[in-house]
Amino acid sequence: MIKYALFLGCNIPARVSQYEDSSKAVLKNLSVDLIEMRDFSCCGYPMRNIDEKAYILSAAKNLALAEKQGINILTLCQCCFGSLKKAECLLKEDSDLRQDINQTLADIGLKYEGNITVKHLLSVLYHDVGIDAIKGSLSGSYKDLKIAAHYGCHALRPSKITQFDDPVAPTIFDELVEITGAVSIDWPKKLECCGAPLRGINDEVSIGLTKKKVSDAGNSGADYLCTACPFCHLQFDFLQKRIVSDKGNSEHLAPVLYPQLLGLCMGIDKKTLGIGKDLNGLMEIINVKR
Amino acid sequence: MVFNVLLYTSLFVFIFGVICKIYTWFSWEIGFSSRDINRSERLTAAFKGISGTIFSAKILILIKVFILDVVFQKRILKEDFLRWAMHMLIYAGFMLLLLMHALDRHITACLFSEYYSTLNPFFFLRNFFGTMVIAGLAIAIYRRFILKVPRLKTNSMDYYAIIILAVIMVSGFFLEATKITSISDFERMVNEFSDVDEKKDLRALESLWVHEFGTVSPDFKEPFEQKLLEHGREIHETNCAACHSSPKWAFAGYALGNILKPVALSLDRAGGSKILWYIHILACFLGLAYLPFSKMFHIIAGPISLLANAVMEKGKSDPANITTRQVMELDACTHCGACSLRCSAAVAFDALGNENILPSEKMVSLKSLIAGKKLGSMEIKAVQEGICLCTNCDRCTVVCPVGINLKELWLNVREGLIQKGHPEPLLLSPFSFVRGLNQYELPADEYYKPVKAAKQAVAGKFDSLIKQSPLILDGKEVEKFNQLSKDNTFSYCFSCENCTSVCPVVCSFDKPEEALGLLPHQIMRCLGLGLIEMASGASMIWDCLTCYQCQENCPQNVNVTDLFFGLKNLAIKNVKKASSEKELSQRHEA
Repeated sequence: MIKYALFLGCNIPARVSQYEDSSKAVLKNLSVDLIEMRDFSCCGYPMRNIDEKAYILSAAKNLALAEKQGINILTLCQCCFGSLKKAECLLKEDSDLRQDINQTLADIGLKYEGNITVKHLLSVLYHDVGIDAIKGSLSGSYKDLKIAAHYGCHALRPSKITQFDDPVAPTIFDELVEITGAVSIDWPKKLECCGAPLRGINDEVSIGLTKKKVSDAGNSGADYLCTACPFCHLQFDFLQKRIVSDKGNSEHLAPVLYPQLLGLCMGIDKKTLGIGKDLNGLMEIINVKR
Repeated sequence: MVFNVLLYTSLFVFIFGVICKIYTWFSWEIGFSSRDINRSERLTAAFKGISGTIFSAKILILIKVFILDVVFQKRILKEDFLRWAMHMLIYAGFMLLLLMHALDRHITACLFSEYYSTLNPFFFLRNFFGTMVIAGLAIAIYRRFILKVPRLKTNSMDYYAIIILAVIMVSGFFLEATKITSISDFERMVNEFSDVDEKKDLRALESLWVHEFGTVSPDFKEPFEQKLLEHGREIHETNCAACHSSPKWAFAGYALGNILKPVALSLDRAGGSKILWYIHILACFLGLAYLPFSKMFHIIAGPISLLANAVMEKGKSDPANITTRQVMELDACTHCGACSLRCSAAVAFDALGNENILPSEKMVSLKSLIAGKKLGSMEIKAVQEGICLCTNCDRCTVVCPVGINLKELWLNVREGLIQKGHPEPLLLSPFSFVRGLNQYELPADEYYKPVKAAKQAVAGKFDSLIKQSPLILDGKEVEKFNQLSKDNTFSYCFSCENCTSVCPVVCSFDKPEEALGLLPHQIMRCLGLGLIEMASGASMIWDCLTCYQCQENCPQNVNVTDLFFGLKNLAIKNVKKASSEKELSQRHEA
């Protein structure tokens, strides 16, 4: 049985709980054992702008907690993934840094030696569970559904660190989408940023990027955007809703979280998958023929 | 007489204190939301809100919360069994003592016509409840000082709470022990309650009490004749037993009495029980009078917070009531540290050393801030940093045992501080994400103002650079935990401008140089030339999405995005350093 320590981060429990619920439901069907660790805390992502030590220490604490249990970390958030992965690499490469950080961690009875690693949900599904096993768990597949897969920056890049997929021509997410019978469309802005990292800092640029992505996906024929990160998801869901209601933007495109898309094909009910918690009319997806 | 004077004085101070506290709930301003809401509006809103809730189906929610969260304290149990046991022992033990023992004339005697404080079950129960409180206090001391629960800070209020309770309980037990051993108390009771006056009988009774019940007599000592004791028992049964159970039932007082035996006579002569009685009631009255001003006030504010939060909701409840509730919540906080233990961002405290990052300590600072205490600008900056360095994971709110809606409190106070306060560089990080999500709850100019101020504070001041010559990259100035100190990949840059041309931020502007100061490739060139200050002053680094397109597409493997992080860290350090130097020089002048 595949076993992981589930790393939820800060956003998911507070604002995107459907991502947690649907991921757990889907992974349970695929016999992935998830260990919940209450002591996990911030991955350090927002601290990177502020203070390198605060960042690495935050990330290292989580890595050390998982190492203590001897299990690898599975993240749902791509920003948590990128942040933990970067810290993992820094700590593995730089023994002075590791020593420094471990000195502080020793106060809370922890240390990180680099014996565990971090994976994102999509990687676990693709590499550990495998396409065939997922196919075997499906009870139906979409007919006539076009999906724009949004890869997310912090999973793809920097590819040397994240080791997620080919950074220029990735295929993992497309293949995972296509298992469900949906068509993963080609769209020019597929690998671009959703705009979330500048939310609250430079909102014009942030919203501009979101709009561009949404209209590009819409123009390319997508019925839904598909996300695998709470930041991207909030950007497409919460803020798109505002853009639509404020500016009458007609190029509205609802985002669906990947485990929701997959879960519907497994026959998991919409309540368990948290469909309806989104603001952007995701309810219609359950009527797509399967 | 003395008793009554003390009682009414302390009761008066208590009531006065409670009224003062309630007055502050309606009159103190808090954060951003309290603007334009005056006291009478808040009072009217509270009246409407409370009556509207009580006469609606919501009363059922209130009853449920009262039973589960107030009486049984389910929220504490969910977090930590030891803490729950500690609190339950203290709170249940103390409440029961208050009702059965302290208010015995008004409650227990009315309920039970046979009531005597010296009679079972009351005699035994008083000891039992008292022992519960002592056990709870022992756990409290163990948790704070031996187990050292992580991030559980102990301040003067916490010491006071433990000490006042300990004095009340310990003096109570000593009082009882002294009375058990006291010969003068024995004689007083015999005179007052029995018909025994023959010397022989008195001797027999006293012998029995010395032998069995722990009384210490100057005249009679072990061993006693069996016959004498039997006679004593007969007298005891007919005269005493009806309203005095065996002192052995007061197990804790009796055991303590046994320990005190060697000094019992001198203690009795010195009027020990009188002194202890004074200590005991003075401690009780001090506790009562000071209650509204101490953390013990959570006894009142805690349940109100739990009940109010169970039926209130942002967006639905009257904003005036939310303001009032938030001031009240500061009084409900018991400084228990549950929030800090679960805080997602608390690790930053270990790195940055600002206590205000921990939610429980933020509450302490907020109490001073909201009360209008004059804080120095360094202190306000520390509070502001602490309150902005929050990932909005809402875990503090989930675990707070008195149900304080901390997440809304933070958002409100944060907004109030950054609107009028010092420029806050933390706003230029993903810590701003949730504020960004809530953008439309604020008027546009107010929303943008703090971010603009922060950007201005970190923006480059190039005048000093012009004077600086030659410009040398000084590695020593960059501290160890900075990307710049390890990563010199910028030196491979040959200005192909790939980074700039793939940057989605650069592509968002018609005239990117104007908007962003320096473009990514220019920043790399600056670093190559040692112009760290110039590079860290470019607004580009703050407008970076960290999408890593530049770094991924660099043919020379320059870690562009990572270097941006290093520059941002450096800029923030410099801003902090400059502002504290300014502060110091201002103080110096003053």
